[in-house]
Amino acid sequence: MDIIVCVKHVPETAEAELKISANGKTIEKTGLVFNINEWDNYAVEEAVRIKEKFGGTVTVITVGTEDSDYTIRRCLAHGADNAIRLTDPRFEGSDGYAIAKILYSIIRNLHYDLILTGSQAGDDGYSMVGPTIAEMLNIPHVVLVKKIELEAGIARVHRELEGGFEEVVEVKLPALLAVQTGINEPRYVSITSIRRAMQKEIKVMSLADTGLSENEVGEAGSWLKIEKLHAPPVEKQIEFLKGNSEEVAAKIIKILRSRGLI
Amino acid sequence: MTEIFVLAEHRQGQILDITYEVLTKGKEIAEKTNAKLAVLILGKDVKEKAKTLPEYVNRVLVVEDFKLENFNSDAWIKILSNIIMEQMPLLTMMGHTSYGMECAPRLAASLGIPIATDCIDLDFEDENLVVMRQMYGGKVNVRAILKKAKSYMVTVRPGVFIARKPKIPFNGEVIEKQSLLTEEVTTKRFVEYVFPPPGEVDITVAEKLVGIGRGIKDQANMPMMEEFAKAIGAVLASTRPVIDKGWLPSDRQVGSSGKTVKPKLYFAVGISGAFQHILGMKNSDLIITINKDPKAPIFNFSDYGIVEDLFKIVPELTKRINELKG
Repeated sequence: MDIIVCVKHVPETAEAELKISANGKTIEKTGLVFNINEWDNYAVEEAVRIKEKFGGTVTVITVGTEDSDYTIRRCLAHGADNAIRLTDPRFEGSDGYAIAKILYSIIRNLHYDLILTGSQAGDDGYSMVGPTIAEMLNIPHVVLVKKIELEAGIARVHRELEGGFEEVVEVKLPALLAVQTGINEPRYVSITSIRRAMQKEIKVMSLADTGLSENEVGEAGSWLKIEKLHAPPVEKQIEFLKGNSEEVAAKIIKILRSRGLI
Repeated sequence: MTEIFVLAEHRQGQILDITYEVLTKGKEIAEKTNAKLAVLILGKDVKEKAKTLPEYVNRVLVVEDFKLENFNSDAWIKILSNIIMEQMPLLTMMGHTSYGMECAPRLAASLGIPIATDCIDLDFEDENLVVMRQMYGGKVNVRAILKKAKSYMVTVRPGVFIARKPKIPFNGEVIEKQSLLTEEVTTKRFVEYVFPPPGEVDITVAEKLVGIGRGIKDQANMPMMEEFAKAIGAVLASTRPVIDKGWLPSDRQVGSSGKTVKPKLYFAVGISGAFQHILGMKNSDLIITINKDPKAPIFNFSDYGIVEDLFKIVPELTKRINELKG
């Protein structure tokens, strides 16, 4: 079973304070911690588990600058065998569609039985790269995958609907599956094993290797152009409770009591 | 004729709410662009389901085929691409749901139609389609513009547009379209639905909920949260990461892939407020949030906020409430 996993190096923003950069089109990246996209981490774990059970190889592939090597090393330490990084200044400004074209241009020349991606990326949240690659490769796909069982030429998968409700779908291989978080419990990847993975080769490729023209990537090759970032509007007028722990606790109790909640 | 298409979503005999939400936004855009509004419904025995739709649109396009008994994106995409190619609508809209996420990007790529996914707003400005999206889990809003084209596609975030019946019913024409599915789709096959096992407590009926998120850090901190919930007489609910880690059963998840709740009190602890979670709890009567990040999106939806380390506030609050109760 040869598996390709598409991964992305993204900033951890759940608990970080974000600043919009001066040009209004991106966020300030300095001071942010970057790591593997959360959904992709589950995809890598799933790929490694499948390899451990059925044999074969796991190849991770990413579009990103040299900084993405941190994420790639992590994937290699996690159990991936091969790694490809697609890097070119002309990729800058690519939307989900352009990223899919870049990945497709390399994947089409590789051998695979299964392609795994995360269901979305924590930064831009397009959730479109996986299905778009599947269309370009003309293979079936399933998104929001929460369970994968493999049998002769078929993947039997659970797909998340809503309200904790799922559907079971059988899909012919080769196929692309976009995985949802919670599909497994990703193993701990130690710094030592990441250091050990430093020995492994990362194949770096550029626009010339993709066979795509300059106009097919970056902003020119994208459908969506970002004009401006801004802070989300406030929906409710909030009152912040200030003071030390005792004072704040007292204020909360007063609110709860006034509403008959305690 | 300029036309706006909306894809109807239905499951097990029910048209899903998202259909009416997208239709509401679709009507607004149709009025502005002087376009007609049409809804597409695909499936087996859908003519009956489609009965309520004419009041929302100018045209109801029905594709009836026994091979469409259950959702199969490969079949849906084949049929939709035929209809879109033939009719060339200005815009095709669907929900950013398990349906839309599976169909829309692939359909757009196969037709070469520019797409914007997970939109929280959209509008035509001087013939350009401008969309509003979010990035970084809802911490930043983005205004983006689509490449000029004859036809566009968008997926719309559920829960953003309020479904409204048109004041004057459209009484649209119902048109049956051939499915053009000559044979069964064999790449993919629906097997069955899986329902979550019934849990011990139902968070949708609890009056008070303590919602916990990633900020809880470690499973070892769960007893502290249990104790706090017990002190205020609440039930523990949570965001997706807590469920993924297995710290609470899946029926405690609040949000678009979990449950929608509307308690008298929602105490959000260590939750930054990814939009999927917000959608499930923003209509609670009173929302009190503890988070050390003052820019956490959840504060935009809260009545009271405490910018502090939860590990300082929660034990103090539990202690005081327990003292009060004697």
